[in-house]
Amino acid sequence: MSPNHESAADTHHAHSHGHDAGHGSFKGYMTGFILSVILTAIPFWLVMAGVLDSKLLTAVIVMGIGVVQIVVHMVYFLHMNPRSEGGWTMMALIFTLIIVGIALAGSLWVMHHLNQNMMPMTHEMMKNMP
Amino acid sequence: MSATQVQQTDEKPQFYLTEDHHPENSTMLGFWLYLMSDCLIFAVLFATHGVLGRNYAAGPSPADLFDLNIVAINTAMLLLSSITYGFAMLQMERNAKMETLVWLGITGVFGAIFLALELYEFYHLIHEGAGPTRSAFLSSFFTLVGTHGLHVTFGIIWLITLMVQVGRHGLIPENRRRLMCLSMFWHFLDVIWIGVFSFVYLLGVIG
Repeated sequence: MSPNHESAADTHHAHSHGHDAGHGSFKGYMTGFILSVILTAIPFWLVMAGVLDSKLLTAVIVMGIGVVQIVVHMVYFLHMNPRSEGGWTMMALIFTLIIVGIALAGSLWVMHHLNQNMMPMTHEMMKNMP
Repeated sequence: MSATQVQQTDEKPQFYLTEDHHPENSTMLGFWLYLMSDCLIFAVLFATHGVLGRNYAAGPSPADLFDLNIVAINTAMLLLSSITYGFAMLQMERNAKMETLVWLGITGVFGAIFLALELYEFYHLIHEGAGPTRSAFLSSFFTLVGTHGLHVTFGIIWLITLMVQVGRHGLIPENRRRLMCLSMFWHFLDVIWIGVFSFVYLLGVIG
């Protein structure tokens, strides 16, 4: 490596110290905390008080708010941003999310008719099973 | 001879990015990759629970078993421990050793309360005859929630270890790096818990 090259790398190294990821501020943590409290309270309230008549609608809202809360935690507590570590943390996250999506959706889809070919069984037969 | 070599290398096209960002400390990226692989473990356990979560074998259903009050308190404990760990990190930034230790201690106490409540719930379920062997639903439930609880247990052990380290050696760069890793681990467990209480408990009780 030529000396010229090294000095270029050095200046670059010094420059990259500027945007050190992973440090939050008091305001950031408090924002995240208050948002999480609200996003936790709503689904518990919906289910425990039985606010909505539709089970499906309640389930969709609970899962939707769960996803929003996960994003809130990622941003305010884990300090995720597209720039940290030169974008590699975000790349790893996107890759993981794709795999998780395939694993979850695939499992649920393939196993949806798991019990379809089972012998019909009454409640009493079931109870007397070994 | 060397002159011609230089000439040759200069003419070669470069297939790599010369101005690539080299993170000065790759520990954070490595630990993040560990967390992502951990995330895959939980994804598989969630998928298992998604498939088996309705197979009660004529046994008790989530609505019969789960006490949402305990789950709500548990969630609050984990959420509070997340914010107190954040405060510990802020004190670490300020180089305040004693305050950092205090906030870490509070985080540990919240984590311990969470664990105690979960163990109480498990004990209660097994005592009622709803142990992991009762039905496929309970097997997957105990595996998923138990794995999360095990992570919290090791997080607390790690937390105590770091408190001793910080107490002995102060906020040296090594300890700061370790505290950053545990911070990611701890917040990650909170993220997983969001999935657990939404998908396992609340959706289970809805039926």
